[in-house]
Amino acid sequence: MRYPAQVFGITVSGPSRMSFCHIAVRLRTGLMAFLLLILAACGQPAQVEIRALNRAIGPEPETLDPQLARTTQSHTVLRDLFEGLLTYSPDGKLVAGAAERWTVSDDGLTYSFWLRPEARWSNGETVVAQDFVYSFRRLVDPKTTAFYAETLVNVRNAAAIIAGDRPTESLGVTATDRFQLTIRLRQPTAYFASLLAQAATYPVNEKSVTALGETFARPGNLVSNGAYKLARWELGLIIALDRNEHYWNNAGTAIDTVRYHVTPVPSAELFRYRAGELDISSTVPTEAFAQMRAERPEELRVATFLSTYYYGFNLNHEELGSNPKLRQALSMAVDREALTEKVIGRGEQPAYSWVPPGVDNYEARQLSYAQMSAAEREATAKRLYAEAGYNEANPLHIELRYNTSETHQRIALAVQSMWRDVLGFDAVLINEEFKVLVANMRAMEITQIFRSSWNGDYNDAYAFLSIFESDNPSNMFGYRSEEYDSLLQRAAIQPNAERRRLYLEEAERVLLADHAVMPLYYYVSKHLVRSGIRGWQDNVLDYHYSQHLSFDPAR
Amino acid sequence: MQQRGALRFALTRLLSAMPTLFLIIVLAFMMMHAAPGGPFDEERAMPPETAANIARAYHLDEPLPQQFMRYFGALVQGDLGPSYRYPGYSVAELISGAMFLSLTLGALAMLCALVVGIAAGVVAALRKHTLIDRLVTGLAMMGISVPLFVILPIFVLVFAVNLGWLPASWSGTDSRIRYLLPVIALALPQIAYVARLTRGSMIEIMNSDFIRTARAQGLDTLTIVRRHALRPALLPLLSYLGPAIAAVLTGSVVVEQILGIPGLGQLFVRGALNRDYTLVLGIVIFYATLVIALNLIVDIVYGFLDPRIRNR
Repeated sequence: MRYPAQVFGITVSGPSRMSFCHIAVRLRTGLMAFLLLILAACGQPAQVEIRALNRAIGPEPETLDPQLARTTQSHTVLRDLFEGLLTYSPDGKLVAGAAERWTVSDDGLTYSFWLRPEARWSNGETVVAQDFVYSFRRLVDPKTTAFYAETLVNVRNAAAIIAGDRPTESLGVTATDRFQLTIRLRQPTAYFASLLAQAATYPVNEKSVTALGETFARPGNLVSNGAYKLARWELGLIIALDRNEHYWNNAGTAIDTVRYHVTPVPSAELFRYRAGELDISSTVPTEAFAQMRAERPEELRVATFLSTYYYGFNLNHEELGSNPKLRQALSMAVDREALTEKVIGRGEQPAYSWVPPGVDNYEARQLSYAQMSAAEREATAKRLYAEAGYNEANPLHIELRYNTSETHQRIALAVQSMWRDVLGFDAVLINEEFKVLVANMRAMEITQIFRSSWNGDYNDAYAFLSIFESDNPSNMFGYRSEEYDSLLQRAAIQPNAERRRLYLEEAERVLLADHAVMPLYYYVSKHLVRSGIRGWQDNVLDYHYSQHLSFDPAR
Repeated sequence: MQQRGALRFALTRLLSAMPTLFLIIVLAFMMMHAAPGGPFDEERAMPPETAANIARAYHLDEPLPQQFMRYFGALVQGDLGPSYRYPGYSVAELISGAMFLSLTLGALAMLCALVVGIAAGVVAALRKHTLIDRLVTGLAMMGISVPLFVILPIFVLVFAVNLGWLPASWSGTDSRIRYLLPVIALALPQIAYVARLTRGSMIEIMNSDFIRTARAQGLDTLTIVRRHALRPALLPLLSYLGPAIAAVLTGSVVVEQILGIPGLGQLFVRGALNRDYTLVLGIVIFYATLVIALNLIVDIVYGFLDPRIRNR
């Protein structure tokens, strides 16, 4: 040692072990005393832990008002708190919920529900048919400002009520007796039953909403009819639920307390899972996926999920809109296998159709080149690009917009280089904050090619195909096809499930032949689920009700 | 005499802050509304009827000046309005909920930074150019230049994930131990700044004439530092402290995001991303008021520490 060592003013006379230990002890004692002083200054004493299920939820839910909820995070918590007329089994099948049975008339226009007489609200009151009448009217009432008001748009008079042209009392939903509910539709709607398991159609307690106004959904106020009731909500931190003793199937609930932790940053969420603070993660960050697959293969749950990641074309853009060969060339030049395996690598599946696999009663059509080899695809793409009038001397000038995110950026860079290698042009990459991109996509003025994704609100091909209808507000492609519109309209009013399926499949064929969109891959749901948890079943909806889960007593 | 002067000084400063505050509110309002996309825009578009119903309920269909007058009218009556993102919650509620935690963590961190930073700075100044001085300046340089989003995840990985000594997040435990990581993380860069500032001015003071006089009188170093050198040496630190305290008290987005702390910083960022107009404006107003108030306090304390300013 060159210098006589001085540590915090204490001179160490020689390199003896004793004095170093001595200093270390003194230092540690001093530090501990200081920290204890800080800690003593604040906080509450530690509480005794009870075994609770700790679930990560991602960004914070915005509300627990079923009719106002907009995000999947809110819907996740609402599924534990409330129960619709129908609900889902652990494997994602539609089953009886607050209603014990139901019938549909032959013309598909009248739905009758018989409620469980033993169903109770968390305050002990009986759940009656009138509760659903009230809640459905509340959903379509313009004063409620419900984001998902259109869920009931096919119920008789709903559209006019939403537009403010008719009173809410005219809605085609009636309580024929205390426990019987009748819903009348304006046209057959094949997926209507599944809408009655969505958060927007969950019942709310009329007395509590009328008495408390917009604060009815807060802790201490919220009356719910599901397996759990709201215990507390610390904003930005945690939503805690307790078992609802009055729930009709309370005996079937295994876990007493569920805590939803707000986890806006996936990498931080993973730390918390690895530190044992979480039992179920909301996702798995891209950069840690391979590591988790190697280290915790039995905890990693990856499953097909009803969502497609795509690049959309703005067909109002002159070159893109007038040139189907160009669109096809752009789409074909992207090596989707390389994208999913090498660029992302989280188990996503390359997409050659718009509707993802796993949709009930549907066989997705495939892009014409789905079966081609990579070499064939590239050769065809080059030929189409040339036929569209572009070459090395006259390359395409195009902008690709995506919202700021590491994954989206990686994909955009990969696609840019695939286009450069195969077609020989350089796309301009533009990243924008999410809301800015959405505003631009909707305006359809400056967008050319844009990144987005679409997930089905309900398990039906119509949930995907409908956004390409000419007048659909989510049609951000400027896609207009009479043939497509008429196929979807015919499917919409077709009560026969088999015929309806053929119409929808034909519509997708038209869509893919027009190359209005470039599906890139199908999303998968990704969770880490601690091995001591039983009852978790992968399903395409990615719904996992806490009431179906339990702790393995052996662990 | 002197007290009345100080009071008048404070009042004038407060009054002159009003136009500044107003300007900040106007600018923040305009910038929020100029950002593309509104609070209710999602990937999934609403049917026009639903969109119109929502716009009407939140007065978003009115012209901007009218919206501003509506907002400002409520504001002067002390009403920050409802949150656009969290139905049923008012902005005042959201801010006060997050404020307490941010203020507690910030105050602890600042206390920690002052104690450790000043001590380290003084020791380094007294032992100029020795190993300990180099250690302090070196560590301070690192504290300033290595960003928290690099250090903090490493801390979490080591102390929470690998060793299991500390919780990885705020909701990981109810015990007071959860204060440790955020306080250290918030304090680290401040310790570095405080130590460097203290060291610099301390070296300057120790070389000045009046200290030499004190030495000539035979006083020992400790007494000189305590009685004569410390007070003037801390003056440069004071002007740094006003904005620094405001920044630390209102919470660090990075620390809050990584440790899952429901403080003001992440509330602000989330509000901006969600276009929660009223929430963002509320926090801007709160923050601006805090900065103005702290600067005022710093000026007054300055007067106490340096009589030359007080008498001017």
